[in-house]
Amino acid sequence: MQLVVKDLNTFYGAIHALQNISLSIAEGEIVALLGRNGMGKSTTLKSIMGIIKPRSGSIQFNGNELAGLPPHKIAQAGIGYVPEDRQVFGNLTIEENLMMGQMGIKNKNAAGPKWTLDRIYEHFPFMVKKHGLKARFISGGEQQMLSIARALMGNPSLLLIDEPSEGLSPIIVNEVRDILAEINKEGVSVLLVEHNYKVAVYLAKRIYLMGKAHIGYENSVGHLEAHPEIRSQFLEV
Amino acid sequence: MKIPPSDRGTIMEGTAFILLTQGIHGISYGLVLFLAASGLSMIFGLMDILNLSHAYLFMLAAYFAFSIAQVTNFWVALLLAPLAIACIGMLLERYLIKPVHPFGHTPELVLTLGIGMVLLEVVKSIWGTTMLTVMPPESLQGFIPIGYLKYPVYRIFIIVFTIIILCGLHQLFRRTRFGTIVRAATVNSDMVSALGINVPRIYTLFFGFGTWLAGLAGVVVAPLLSVHPGLADQVGLDAFVVVVLGGLGSLWGAFVASILIGLLNTYGIQLIPTVAPLITFSLMVLVLTVKPTGLFGDRQ
Ligand SMILES: Nc1ncnc2c1ncn2[C@@H]1O[C@H](COP(=O)(O)OP(=O)(O)OP(=O)(O)O)[C@@H](O)[C@H]1O
Ligand SMILES: [Mg+2]
Repeated sequence: MQLVVKDLNTFYGAIHALQNISLSIAEGEIVALLGRNGMGKSTTLKSIMGIIKPRSGSIQFNGNELAGLPPHKIAQAGIGYVPEDRQVFGNLTIEENLMMGQMGIKNKNAAGPKWTLDRIYEHFPFMVKKHGLKARFISGGEQQMLSIARALMGNPSLLLIDEPSEGLSPIIVNEVRDILAEINKEGVSVLLVEHNYKVAVYLAKRIYLMGKAHIGYENSVGHLEAHPEIRSQFLEV
Repeated sequence: MKIPPSDRGTIMEGTAFILLTQGIHGISYGLVLFLAASGLSMIFGLMDILNLSHAYLFMLAAYFAFSIAQVTNFWVALLLAPLAIACIGMLLERYLIKPVHPFGHTPELVLTLGIGMVLLEVVKSIWGTTMLTVMPPESLQGFIPIGYLKYPVYRIFIIVFTIIILCGLHQLFRRTRFGTIVRAATVNSDMVSALGINVPRIYTLFFGFGTWLAGLAGVVVAPLLSVHPGLADQVGLDAFVVVVLGGLGSLWGAFVASILIGLLNTYGIQLIPTVAPLITFSLMVLVLTVKPTGLFGDRQ
């Protein structure tokens, strides 16, 4: 296993937002983490990333313990982060945003060939013409692509992606989906948080479902598709 | 008495020239203010720290300039004193301010003011309270003629020097990795660290950089005003007004506000000497009433 999270507990003040979360991802795998609003999906990604410090539990990445490390160390270990709401730097140009993804990463021994500006521009052709444009002036779909591309510039071997299809039109959602499939083909594993069930089952082989602050179900996509009652328990509102 | 038309012309020209030289005086003082205030403003913009010891570091730089210039010369002082201030700034940030920052603004204000008071006492015990004089380097002494009047070379130097620094700042922010990281971290520092960049280290370096600017201002101001313990309050207050007026964290705002305060100070003293100090404050109150975020800022 590439990533093994065990018994992760995270608090917001007195709120126990993650209770003994355990999950794992094999190298090259896409795993989806689904659940209703406010269950703790984003908190799980932020805890793995070190943006919120988990109070206890272990996060093993390629055999190294990451729990308790600051975010920049975790990124340098090879984990890329594509947050909720994209969080591109609106006051920076597209190209500067991409360079930001590369500057802090010293350890460049990632899966597959290295990401360069040229390769990013091949995968995201819209950026070529707009490379000098401030990121706040591009569309939501383009910002989502930029956020993914920025994470790729650090040559991660695992991407944590939080709701990439949120707020995008169906055509753009499919574009984002296909980009993620492409990236995965190049050897990058993905932990995908999604509200779009179709996108999640299209991409992932395994699914985790979250109930309030805990993981309530873990199985293959096939198993979940065969059990609609589990879907209605964890997903439908 | 009838003034012949030709003389009338000269009198008017004379007045115009006095106004002009006063203007240059104002601009050169304004630019020094900008040097002193820019670090304060940028540190607030990036790190959300209002460093009340900033003006005292500025004053300390003027004393360093005095002592270094005594054994070497002004140019060595201009190089070394700001670097020394930057080192002190980085140590203060790393070991005192950073640990207190998570506890909010009030402890931080008390701490940085306390640091300022300590610096003031240190200065008094080493250099005393008398006014010390730093001479400009020989090459910058004397006057250059502007029309009928002679204008001090040193003030022209200040204007040129500050404009070079300003252009340098612009290039630093636009063209370098450090500048790009700082711009990104100003809007979203969590995201910057999630990209593998050691943000606390960037903060310490940037704090050093901001205090380096205060150091430059302190050295440059030393030959202009006399060096004394009141320097921190005298210039520090104006610098503080500049930062608030220009908008906390806004570099361009600080620039415009500096020139404004510089001009107001000199013209104010010419025209209405007794109320001149009040003008700055009245202006600040006026601007803040109309636009609470300052001229260019977006924060209160
Ligand atoms: N900064 C915070 N401070 C306090 N509580 C928070 C904070 N962020 C999230 N929470 C709470 O923690 C719980 C989990 O939030 P989280 O954002 O992880 O949910 P989520 O599963 O990502 O939801 P969504 O699908 O709406 O994005 C929620 O109840 C939320 O209200
Ligand atoms: Mg979320």
